[in-house]
Amino acid sequence: MIRISYFARYREHLNQSGEQLEWQPSLTSIETLRQLLLQRGGAWQVLAEGNLMCARNQELVSPAEPLADGDEIAFFPPVTGG
Amino acid sequence: MAVQVQTAGFDPGQLLNALHQADAGVGAVVSFVGYMRDFNDGQAVARMFLEHYPGMTEKALQAIEIQARERWPLLHVHILHRVGDLAPGEPIVFVGVSSAHRQAAFSACDFIMDYLKTRAPLWKKEQGAEGAHWVDGRDSDQQAAARW
Repeated sequence: MIRISYFARYREHLNQSGEQLEWQPSLTSIETLRQLLLQRGGAWQVLAEGNLMCARNQELVSPAEPLADGDEIAFFPPVTGG
Repeated sequence: MAVQVQTAGFDPGQLLNALHQADAGVGAVVSFVGYMRDFNDGQAVARMFLEHYPGMTEKALQAIEIQARERWPLLHVHILHRVGDLAPGEPIVFVGVSSAHRQAAFSACDFIMDYLKTRAPLWKKEQGAEGAHWVDGRDSDQQAAARW
């Protein structure tokens, strides 16, 4: 199982704060997960944005980061705190 | 480790004074306070909502404190960021750093804010007369963080 969270503009655009997906060995990286989500079309194209940020188990990572069963993944737009 | 993420307001003066009161070895305190403005990108802003990633936001701020301590000889570090609903004039963020000498405190405070603005999962949504919108990330913040 992989838990996925969406934040801020992405959360509103996708109309959900997160979901769970069955683990599958073909999900070798966060990038392959993103490609899988992009195949849903429509609103999901927001995840194609070039400045998308992602986290694995609550740490910032690049999309090339490997995935493992049980991971908590998050996708979000550039942060704007401060 | 002094990192706080909270909805409640705070008194910047009180936090600033606390940075040296308990430690007579402190020779320098540098702080930054970010306030909510009533104007941004040419539009009046009436309210703001700050979204965060519970758990990760705190971890990201702690990681930034650790990196600052690896770079400079710091005594105390306090990072406080508010989340939830805010009104113009209210303080949003406090970063306070103490050290024996001023240069480490100046640099560390600057570094912490640059990293906070580009690495801590926090997002501002502004509410004005023409509706609500999410604030876009700024290239200038990315460039500032890249200096370090």
